[in-house]
This record gives sequence, structure tokens and C-alpha cells, in this order.
Amino acid sequence: MAERGGRGSGGHGSLDKSITLPPDEIFRNLENAKRFAIDIGGSLTKLAYYSTVQHKVARVRSFDHSGKDIENEPLYEISVQEEITARLHFIKFENTYIETCLDFIKDHLVNTETKVIKATGGGAYKFKDLIEKKLGLKVDKEDVMTCLIKGCNFVLRNIPHEVFAYQKDSDTEFRFQTNHPNIFPYLLVNIGSGVSMVKVETEDKFEWIGGSSIGGGTFWGLGALLTKTKKFDELLQLASKGQHTNVDMLVKDVYGGACHTLGLSGNLIASSFGKSTTADKEFSKEDMAKSLLHMISNDIGQLACLYAKLHSLDKIYFGGFFIRGHPVTMRTISYSINYFSKGEVQALFLRHEGYLGAIGAFLKGAEQDNPNQYSWGENYAGSSGLMSTSPDVYPLQRTRSGTFDMLEMDRLERPLVNLPLLKDPSTYIPDTVDLTDDAMARKYWLTCFEEALDGVAKRAAASQPDSVDALERAEKFRQKYWNKLQTLRQQPFAYGTLTVRSLLDTREHCLNEFNFPDPYSKVKQKENGIALKCFQSVIESLDSLGWEERQFALVKGLLAGNVFDWGAKAVSDVLESEPQFGFEEAKSKLQERPWLEDSYSQWLERLKEGPPHKCALIFADNSGIDIILGVFPFVRELLSRGTEVILACNSGPALNDVTYSESLIVTERIAAMDPIIQSALREEKLLLVQTGSSSPCLDLSRLDKGLAVLVRERKTDLVIIEGMGRAIHTNYQAALKCESLKLAVIKNSWLAERLGGKIFSVIFKYEVPCK
Amino acid sequence: FPWFGLDIGGTLVKLVYFEPKDITAEEEEEEVENLKSIRKYLTSNVAYGATGIRDVHPYPPSSRDSAGSEGIFLALIRNPSDPCVLLEYSPFLPFFPPQIGDLQLCKLDELDCLIKGVLYIDSVGFNGHSECYYFENPTDAERCQKLPFNLENPYPLLLVNIGSGVSILAVYSKDNYKRVTGTSLGGGTFFGLCCLLTGCSTFEEALEMASQGDSTKVDKLVRDIYGGDYERFGLPGWAVASSFGNMMSKEKRESVSKEDLAKATLITITNNIGSIARMCALNE
Repeated sequence: MAERGGRGSGGHGSLDKSITLPPDEIFRNLENAKRFAIDIGGSLTKLAYYSTVQHKVARVRSFDHSGKDIENEPLYEISVQEEITARLHFIKFENTYIETCLDFIKDHLVNTETKVIKATGGGAYKFKDLIEKKLGLKVDKEDVMTCLIKGCNFVLRNIPHEVFAYQKDSDTEFRFQTNHPNIFPYLLVNIGSGVSMVKVETEDKFEWIGGSSIGGGTFWGLGALLTKTKKFDELLQLASKGQHTNVDMLVKDVYGGACHTLGLSGNLIASSFGKSTTADKEFSKEDMAKSLLHMISNDIGQLACLYAKLHSLDKIYFGGFFIRGHPVTMRTISYSINYFSKGEVQALFLRHEGYLGAIGAFLKGAEQDNPNQYSWGENYAGSSGLMSTSPDVYPLQRTRSGTFDMLEMDRLERPLVNLPLLKDPSTYIPDTVDLTDDAMARKYWLTCFEEALDGVAKRAAASQPDSVDALERAEKFRQKYWNKLQTLRQQPFAYGTLTVRSLLDTREHCLNEFNFPDPYSKVKQKENGIALKCFQSVIESLDSLGWEERQFALVKGLLAGNVFDWGAKAVSDVLESEPQFGFEEAKSKLQERPWLEDSYSQWLERLKEGPPHKCALIFADNSGIDIILGVFPFVRELLSRGTEVILACNSGPALNDVTYSESLIVTERIAAMDPIIQSALREEKLLLVQTGSSSPCLDLSRLDKGLAVLVRERKTDLVIIEGMGRAIHTNYQAALKCESLKLAVIKNSWLAERLGGKIFSVIFKYEVPCK
Repeated sequence: FPWFGLDIGGTLVKLVYFEPKDITAEEEEEEVENLKSIRKYLTSNVAYGATGIRDVHPYPPSSRDSAGSEGIFLALIRNPSDPCVLLEYSPFLPFFPPQIGDLQLCKLDELDCLIKGVLYIDSVGFNGHSECYYFENPTDAERCQKLPFNLENPYPLLLVNIGSGVSILAVYSKDNYKRVTGTSLGGGTFFGLCCLLTGCSTFEEALEMASQGDSTKVDKLVRDIYGGDYERFGLPGWAVASSFGNMMSKEKRESVSKEDLAKATLITITNNIGSIARMCALNE
């Protein structure tokens, strides 16, 4: 007796059998899925599972060169191997789809080890039998609040830009917050059908301090009665079009103006629905829905504020999928909190508010794997962005993601921590320009990435000439990234603050998604080989210079090396057309001194007058000429001065950036030619480490723990950051506790102009922390 | 002697008229003609115009005004509240014709009046017994009792004034008080929502309906979600988890009565006021 089109809000007697979307794009990686958890709320189901993803990685391995003619051999071997990594999948859909979804999962679930599914949420009781019957798994119920808090702590720790404040009438309505190292204590206001206020003090210590029955269910229930509109999102829609002043009695309606004796502004609501106290007037649905939304949001804000004050908490997070990124709700709640607390308490919203319970239930089930010991990263390729629920505004995304919403998180192989040398980790922001804020820059960069996309897809396909489906995959990659860019054009805040870094990272995630782990591996191999051959002559010519001349030549070499960047379109065009473009050509491209940012004299002074640095940490950029002819001679000079060097390279590939495994081979080969490097390696004065990142940019708050430990042990007192991605797009303004050197060549004329220079302008920023 | 006290709120206008008993013939002679007719109009009627009514339980049979004269208070309430309409509207029209020079509107601070009023009606001089009361065992219908509460040492007190909206005042002494907060969910919300939900037209009608309804059909209770008490947080099964929460379902929307909706509205508003008042009391 299935009701046609009866996607009713309430009873699950009318389940929708027709999924209009390809479910294999939603429930991905089911073959190896295990540890299922489900959170069934009043209207939405959130499913979580852990799975492994097999994807290709490029590995490099040094040849055994003994007794061979190495002149005509490539430097090292590249092999593509299958690697298995862990990934968390979270999917959110309407309860009406639950049966179809369970059927799909059952049909595709291969792994038979799974016996139990963790369940939480009010609906877990209702759907228990259905789940047990469909999946053949035992339903194991978990406490709702415990799950919620666990989930909340997890997202606060692991998802950058999870938290945002909402600012009315500002260019950037969404103010994303940096992850604070200490998240406790906080007040979690969970708005489900009712409202719960939970004070969270530590990972395991939390207390229910109050609640209110006026919540999402009130909005929905009362809204349905008043407007005859059945769906929650439609009610929100109505509300966004209404005028609450037609229904609400304002202070000025009572007093004929602002009430000075009470100190109240005339526009405050004196009485919600105060104007509807008559039987003979009709009110529009929109106005009533708006008034209702105001009433409930204000009330929640007021109570939250009273509880926060009583318990001396200054951060309030809102969870529970009532808000759904809806501007009216966030504006009203923020206004209310600000008004009632006189600005002392901050209302903070979460990008993944709807997933907290499911994440928590999953974590409960996965305790034996100890998921909290790992670091996790949001996979931009597999996750839906923060959506406005308004279909009018975003019809394009609505069709796809409005019904199904996904979050995927990759388990990182190594835990990530702050660089111990950050001056203030709680205020550190890696990115230089916030593209959500800066509309002009946003337009430029989105266009820039769009224009470069065809080239990237082409290179990806070309990097795997032996693969039959490389072209097809490259096209899929192109399509996926293109769609992401279009989403970001309309909703720049979809994945947190939009930055050049997030655009680059999203591209890497999309490339990996379609099994292009390292499109530049061959380019890097070739360039490393060529550069190695020039190493000795470069060293000889440097050694022939006087001290002061040599210091300048070293810096110039470092800068010229940095020109070789396949990520910059201006450069990759040259490199594609003039394969013989070399080190000397690059040097001639560089801007003459004085540079755009030029503290070279201070640097020279420091080298001349000051004692040698104890230990320098260098973040390397490109492979080939950059690392071999730019960075290594510089490293060699530092070593000769008695400074130890930690050379940090990316853990995974990104563009033509040198990876840790490549750096090992390159260093070994240089050591064979150069006694200074050799002895430094042997005596552990030159140390190679990985950054934990696979990004062309650098987030100093998420670095490999091993690196951080070493930095502390060696008492590092100089940090050198090289390249546009690491020193300009990110960290340009980063304040460190020790001396730092940020250098890059601007290989983009728009950016150069913006900074007041021309293409190939030089940034040489030497900073000493003030005492 | 001001004989009239007029309070114009968001929904209602409240008028108190002091009818002196010990008035001498001489004093009566001094009164202007208009005042006489007003007095006659007020004392000889119990209903005024379409919606004005005289309080059926007159205030204490015998009281004294602030000057010590003995008399009777007559309280009137009326709709609607728009002061402009009011002034043009019979029967109050004769009160304020601008040509009457010796009858002035004297504007007083709202909160001052409110606090004075609370203290006055509870004072012994008013009617000799306590105006303030409370309920003992409020959650137990059988043992619930209305008991007088002695206001002899009232300070500090929290005064929750529920009009169309709600104002909450912390009163530390007779003239030391502050407005702590307020909420827009008040009497006007109850009445406004009832009008929309049930089509009723008077506040009394709304209250009457509410007294006959069953809010548990409309509200989602803790036990509706958890099957019983939610022990971890010590929430009893009968507590309301989501006001109007059952109304998310179409079937349930069709099965509730107007009375149930009125009752749920009343419970929602009163619970919320109670909750905010409690938090304010704790914070202050």
C-alpha cells in the first residue's frame, strides 16, 4: 500500500523505494566495509562505516649501481603499487530511504566479519527490527548523548575549519575558526526535536545541565499545523521569505517607539505571535514560519546563554541538524546569544552538526582500533560541502546533495601536531588570503584553476601511458574537480575558508580519487637526474667565490631553483616548450635587487656578526634543480658553519614537489659526490624527515609528530620556508618563536601585481622575533 | 486625588478607579460635571462597550487610597490595546477630551508602578490576607495544594511579569531593582497561537479550551523517544522532550483536537517562562 509520492515526514509506512541517484556513488567502498554505526533521528538517518581504500601510490627505489654505467640509467626506479589506507564514510539521508539503502548495503557487503551495528538516536528503537532483518547484524544500542559528545570532540580535533561563527551583514558571513589546541570546556547545545544542553569538560567528562522542549520538533510540528507545509526544509524555505513583523508584536508596537525606560530597542519582539490575537485576520504562511523560526531560535539562544553564564562557559557549539546552514536561524541564534550575553559568549556552529551522533556511535564501536590515536583528514573529493538547504538559491547542488550528504575522512598514517616553534598556536592561521572574504582574489583564483584544469588532466593521463583507462579516468577527474570549482563559486564557504591551499588540496584529493597518485613522477625523475649531473660544477663555482659573494650566490641559487615549479602556469608553459631551460636561464629571469621584499642585508649581517645557528629546519619545495642545485648548496654552507640541518619534505606527492622518499635517494647520491654532506649524514648533523603532508602548501599546525620531536630535541633556532605555496600562499604572516627565512619567486603576474611587483619578483623575508 | 490608574499594555488596557466612600457632599459639589458623569457611568455598569468588562470580583470591599481615604477599587480591563483606538473609542472617550483642563494624564514609570502594585496588593492594608500563593507538590495532581505565601520579607525577589510578552525583574528593595531579561514568549504568544490553531477569539475561550485538552497527544514526551525514563540524565518519561513534536506526523496532526492544541500551547509557554525564570533566579 505504498502511497505514491508520499514522502511524508512522519510515519515510515510510506518509504520511498526509488532512489534517483546512483547509490554506488553514495555508499562507496562497501566491499571492505566494517564497523557499521547508524544514527536514526526523527527525520534523517546517518550511517557510518570504516573501510579500506586501495589506491595506487608511486614508489621510488634506488637502483643498485655498483659496477654499472650509471650515465645512461635513470636515477631511480618508479613503480606504481597498490596501497591500502583507511577511510571513514559517513552518509546522511532521509528516513524514507532507509529500506532501499539497507537493501543496497546488504547486496554489496562482502565482508562477513561484521556482526554488530552500533545504533543511536531516537529512531534506533523504531528501526531495530528492520535493520536486523535486512542486514543480518545485531543492533547494539549506544547512549545518544555519549555518542554526540564523542562525535563533537572528534570533529573539533580533526576537521580544520569545522567551527564557524555567523556574522550578519558582513562580506564573509561565515567566520571559520582555527582549531584550538584545547577544546574544553564548552557547552554543546544539541537541537534535535527538543534541545539538550551539555557541559563538556574533558574527553569523557560531561554533564547534562538542562534542556528545553522548544526545539526542531516544535518548529516542524507547529509549523506544519500553521502552514500546512509538511517538510522541514520547505518550512525553512517559507521562513526565509517571510516578514515576522506582520505576526509578532514589537516593542515599538506597544510603546509607539523605542522604550527608553526599559532600555529596549523598538525593533525587539515584545510578544511572539502577539499580532495574531484575532480570529478574523489571515496571516501568510511565510510570515508565520518566519515568526516561528525567530521565536524558537531566540528562545534557544536565550536559554543557552543563561546556562553558559551559570556554568561560566564562553563557547557554545550548536549541533543536531536543526540549523542546516540556514542563515535566518544562525543569524537569530547569534543575535540572541550576543544580545543576552552582552557579547561575552560566542555562538559557534559546526559544518558537520548532523553527523556528531553517527561519528560518536562509530567511535564507540571502533574503540579497539583506538581511532583517537590517529590523525584524520577530511577528504574533499568524497565529501559534500556545507549546503544551504534552499533549493531556490542552489538548484544545481540541491538535486544531488540535498537528499544525500557525505563526509569522508582519511586516516593519516602518522599523527599530526603543531610545530613547536609557532609563536601562538591558537591564533596561527596558515593561509595568507581568505578567498571567502576577498571576492576579487576568489574570482581570479577560481578562474586560474579552471584554466589550468585541462592541462592537469592531460598530464595526469600522460603520466600513465600504459594504462588503458587513463584517459577515461582523467576525464572523470576533470569533471569532478570542475564541479567542485563550480560549487565553490556559488558557495565559497562549502569546505571551510576557501584558500589557494584548499583549492590545491582539493585537486590532489580528486587526482588520487581517480588513481593518479603522482602525475609528475617521471618529470621529477628526469629533472633529478639532470640536476645531479650539474651538482659538482655548481659547488665548484660557489667554492671559488669569496665569502660575501658566495652568500649572495647561494641565495640567488635558492631563488632560481624555485623558478622550476610545474604548479605555476607561466613556468610550466616554458618548461613544456623549452626542455633545455636551465639553471642559468632561471637566474636571468630573477628580479634584480632591491627585491619586492628584501631583507637580504639583515640576513647577511646576521651571518657575519652572529654566532652560527644551532639547527635549521628547511621546508623544501620542488624536486630537480630546486632541491639539488638550490637547496643542497645552501644546506652545505650551513653545515660548514656548524649548523645542523633538518630537511623536511612532503610525505606524499603533490605536483612536482620533492617527496621524502625521493629526497632520500637524492641525498644519498649527493653524499656520494660531496664529503661535507656525507659526513653530516653519517654524524646525523643532516637529518631527513617527512612533513606528514601531501600538499603543495604548508600547515604548520598539522605536521608529522616525528618532525616536531626532532625540532625540539635539536633546539632548532632557524626555520627556512621556500616556495610560493609554502611561503606566500601560506605562512607569509606566520609568526615564529625563532628566526625565520621565507623566500619565493612570484611566478604569477596577478599575484605579483597585487603585491606591487612584476612576474618573477623575489620575496626574501628574514624575520627575527621581537623579544 | 488621582482616582484613576490606567495601564495600557500590549493586549489589554487595565483601569483602576477609586470610589471614595467617605466623600462629603461639599466635596461632591466641587467635582466638575464630567467627573460626575464618569463616576456614574463606571459605578452603574459592569460592561462597557463591546469588550470592556468590570472585574466580577471587585477588589477589597473597603480599602484606603494613598491619602488615607476609604473607598472601593473598581478594576476594569478592556480590549484592544492600541491607545489611539482607545482614545477615540467609547466609553473611555469622555475621560480624555482635550478640552477638560483639570484632567491630566500623568505618565509614570512602568516598572516602578509594577513593583508598587505587587507590594501593595499583598500588603495588609489592602485586604487583610495574603495575595501571594504557591503550589505545594506541583507535580502530583492528588497532593497539589494552593498555599498562601508570606511576603513579609520579600527581598530579594524575582518578579516575572507576564503580559503579552514577559519581563523579568530582580527586586532588591522597594526602589532598587533592575530588568534582568525578558522573553517574547508570553500571554500574547499563547493567545496568538491559539487563535491561529483553534480559531478562538477571546483569551478566556483559549484558556477554557486549554483546560479541557490533553497536551501529551501533541507533545513528544521523553518516553515517546526512549520508551521510558532517560535515566542517564535523570529525565522522567513524562517530561516533554519536544513541544508539538508529535505534530511532525501527518496522522497525529489529524487526530488531535483544538483543546489539545490549546493545552499544548499553554504548557509550552508556561514551561518556557518557568525555565527562564529559574535560570535567572540562579544567575542573579
